[in-house]
Amino acid sequence: MPQLEIVDLKANYGAHTVLERINLNVEKGEIVSLIGPSGSGKSTLLRVLMGLLPPISGNVRIDGQVLDYKNVHQLRTIRSRMAIVFQQYNLFQNMTVLENVTVAPIKVKGRPRREVEDYAIHLLEKVGMGGKLKAYPDQLSGGQQQRVAIARALALQPGIMLLDEVTAALDPELVNEVLDTVRLLAADGMTMFIVSHEMGFVREVSSKVVFMDGGHVVEMGSAQQIFDAPQQARTREFVGKILRH
Amino acid sequence: MFAQMLNELPSFFSYYNLLFFAKALGTTFALSAIGCIVGFTLGFALAAIRLTTHPALTPLRVAVTLFTELFRRIPFLVTLMLVFFVFQAMNADLGMFTVALISVCVIATAFIAEIVRSGLESVHHNQWDAAATLNFSYWQTLRLVVVPQAWKIILPPVFGFFVLFIKDTALASQIGVVELAFAGKTMNNKGFSAALVYGTVLMLYFALSYPLARFGKYLETRLAPTRNR
Repeated sequence: MPQLEIVDLKANYGAHTVLERINLNVEKGEIVSLIGPSGSGKSTLLRVLMGLLPPISGNVRIDGQVLDYKNVHQLRTIRSRMAIVFQQYNLFQNMTVLENVTVAPIKVKGRPRREVEDYAIHLLEKVGMGGKLKAYPDQLSGGQQQRVAIARALALQPGIMLLDEVTAALDPELVNEVLDTVRLLAADGMTMFIVSHEMGFVREVSSKVVFMDGGHVVEMGSAQQIFDAPQQARTREFVGKILRH
Repeated sequence: MFAQMLNELPSFFSYYNLLFFAKALGTTFALSAIGCIVGFTLGFALAAIRLTTHPALTPLRVAVTLFTELFRRIPFLVTLMLVFFVFQAMNADLGMFTVALISVCVIATAFIAEIVRSGLESVHHNQWDAAATLNFSYWQTLRLVVVPQAWKIILPPVFGFFVLFIKDTALASQIGVVELAFAGKTMNNKGFSAALVYGTVLMLYFALSYPLARFGKYLETRLAPTRNR
């Protein structure tokens, strides 16, 4: 059974349809990369999956269970099984690094502070941020903030991680420190959805690549298939352009 | 004029006059302090209600918006008369101080609700998104994330309003509440020179509002959300 099934998903911004007929299965441990031009619906798909933009129709199944985004309790279930890392990090500016990572497990899940802090410190050390526990977000570089954001998402022990262009806001020399962290997660067998423009990285880590355009899935397949032998003309055009640069 | 003022000083600062001023100061202080505390508490609550998005709360949001937008646009004196005549029409036997107190609370609530709403909305929306995806409830998002970041935006205009508001309580004298402005007028009518009387009133208003402004500044620094404390 797929860990995540997206069936005929549709979403609108107001009257404008931004996602349509999205069908996608993700097996446990798979890394699915979403690629496509700006405005193609990649980030929107992640926002819909997290319930930040409720779908108009279609459904999402996690471990075979159909989840209703309009139901508050089920939305909480969805958000406890999936975690998202945003392009702009979205760290809480009023909290230290350690507080950012521990606040949700302590305040939302009601877990013991000591236990949560020990686990948070372990995660922060794993992403190379163990020495910055008391720092505030505005004292960190973009790459450091992004690694804290990844630790914060991991602290809730999600089954699926959604990474929304996690390197897009970073200086080129900081990109690798974040990608190395994502490689670590991949090595741990974490199921991931990655929206990225780092095509070399997408090719290296993805079990499946999904090419989107105009709110639709145009083509999906292995990284090799999408990059080396795309079937659709639009995919060929996109891949041809990005590989020329 | 100075010679006349000097001559008046002993009788002006007589025990009974000082007591009269102290009572008036107490009334102004009570109107201001209760108005500020009630206005801040209810204003915060109204702002929080206005920012909810749940469809079931729409009637409440509309009512809160109407209240805020209406009473921010009505002059304080008109509100005072409105409260006075509404209670009179209801045959409610309220003292003038209570009428003034209700009016200042209504005005303070409406103004502070708007200041707080704009302060809360100034916090970047990505902070709300992050809190939502971490399963924070609406109230947890406000308490743990948004309000701590909004203090720096909310406090300067709130304390600016408080200082203006202390001065506005002088309008309560229009319905016979013996507060500082009323006390000044009474003493002036008794024959004391206007410069002496209103100079004293001025200093008493300053004594009330200056510590409040300093306290606001202290809170602003104390509650700054990051290392820029």
